[in-house]
Amino acid sequence: MYYSILFYIFSFFVILSSIGVITSKNPVYCVLYLILAFINSAILFLFLNAEFLAMLLIVVYVGAVAVLFLFVVMMLNITIEEKKSKFLKFKPLSVILGSIILVEFLYFLIIDNSTLEKLSNTQNLEQKNNTISLGNILYTDFALLFQMCGVILLVAMIGAIVLTLRKRQGIKKQIIKNQVDTKKEDVIEVVSVKNNEGA
Amino acid sequence: MNFINDFGISVFGHSDFSYFIIIILKLLAIVLPLLISVAYLTLAERRVIGLMQLRKGPNVVGPFGLFQPFADALKLMSKETIIPREANKFLFLLAPMITFILALIAWAVIPFDENNVLADINVGILYLFAVSSLAVYGIIIAGWASNSKYAFLGALRSAAQMVSYEVSIGLIIITVLLCAGSLNLTDIVNAQKNVWFAIPLLPMFVMFFISVLAETNRAPFDLPEGESELVAGYFVEYSSMSFALFFLGEYANMILMSALTVTLFLGGWLPIIDVYPLNEVPGVIWFIIKIIFILFIFLWVRASTPRYRYDQLMRLGWKIFLPFSLIWVVLTAGFLVFFDILPKSI
Repeated sequence: MYYSILFYIFSFFVILSSIGVITSKNPVYCVLYLILAFINSAILFLFLNAEFLAMLLIVVYVGAVAVLFLFVVMMLNITIEEKKSKFLKFKPLSVILGSIILVEFLYFLIIDNSTLEKLSNTQNLEQKNNTISLGNILYTDFALLFQMCGVILLVAMIGAIVLTLRKRQGIKKQIIKNQVDTKKEDVIEVVSVKNNEGA
Repeated sequence: MNFINDFGISVFGHSDFSYFIIIILKLLAIVLPLLISVAYLTLAERRVIGLMQLRKGPNVVGPFGLFQPFADALKLMSKETIIPREANKFLFLLAPMITFILALIAWAVIPFDENNVLADINVGILYLFAVSSLAVYGIIIAGWASNSKYAFLGALRSAAQMVSYEVSIGLIIITVLLCAGSLNLTDIVNAQKNVWFAIPLLPMFVMFFISVLAETNRAPFDLPEGESELVAGYFVEYSSMSFALFFLGEYANMILMSALTVTLFLGGWLPIIDVYPLNEVPGVIWFIIKIIFILFIFLWVRASTPRYRYDQLMRLGWKIFLPFSLIWVVLTAGFLVFFDILPKSI
């Protein structure tokens, strides 16, 4: 009873901060609301006894992904009106994407709930903590899917590197090897200066 | 099983009022010594660096300068809080609070002795890692909310640096976890009863310490503060108590990271050798001695190394530490599996 009230309070916060993400005029506030939404979702995971997932959510999404978001958004110099017009421009696309995700969720929830049942059945409740039970599921029944996720992430990473890597001519660059290889004789000249005749 | 229940029982005991009082007392018993250590760490830093540079350091206020931290605190408190007109007031005031609160809440899971820990949770090390990865927000929000070029540049440098070194810290923690077989900090310390992890994992220990220096923005990686080019970095616009919170947060973070290093690599509360006069000393004393040792190295490094250039810093993090720690994770895992000495989880 007590826990479910708290659970719904935090769920409410998740929804509230998600609304904040899409309605704030200042893009930095959007990212900060997103972080709030992540943290509240992590707390929801705690209520569901998934402490490992909760901590990972904070480490990965709040500690790494959102930092980079914030990093980029802070450096962008978007005025508020500009953002508004872009928001309207992307509206059809976001509606399509949102409805696809919604349909996918509903498919798994209503029509094909065998996957979800498999997940809930394999969870060995006698294990001491959910880190172990998660590992037991992830590396046995879902090993192939797990590997595929890894491959997808790798492809995404390579894609990002290929997109941003470009050889530019004429930039000044420190070459560590040359710096380390520098000898004392090459750069220092010891001169004995006579008294009153130095520069 | 129920995590919240476990957390509730380990933190609040029962919903009884007396347990609530006890937990408040426990919190005070952690936070007050921590704040006093922070005060004296600032003094120790100035005295130790002074001695290393053949100066005296602050020695006038009180015997051996022991009242110097209180004089500094009084001075800071009596200053005026200045909020820049163009600053984002809410975030400007929020940032130092975030830094300070995060430096304090992490102590909830640090085991001071066998069975002497505020919240003995299953995922203690992940909790610490999560809290330390949040610390970057205080800095980046401060830099942005100040609406100042210097503060913003300092914040950007710091964010990039902390995110980079977190990657290798994560991999090093994974190596330790492979050897310990648990995410619980008490279990990790108990796994070091035979040999401290600093000995079989010596390269990891050294890399972890260097990454911690970068993570806490200490010399030689104190580029975010680079006073010669950025004045003071992200907290250049802060004054009075809001500055003091940053300052306290930075030093509390140093102590926290030393405690983490001690827990992961130097056997936490365990004595150096398990023989008669040494194992009678309370574990807390050992824990504090080890923390002081690590903190001394922090100061020693600051007194003796020049500041890194920014490209050197990034190169060290991404091109040396990351591949090396990744290889070490694979090697350790392979070694443990090959000799069949993988710790069996409880």
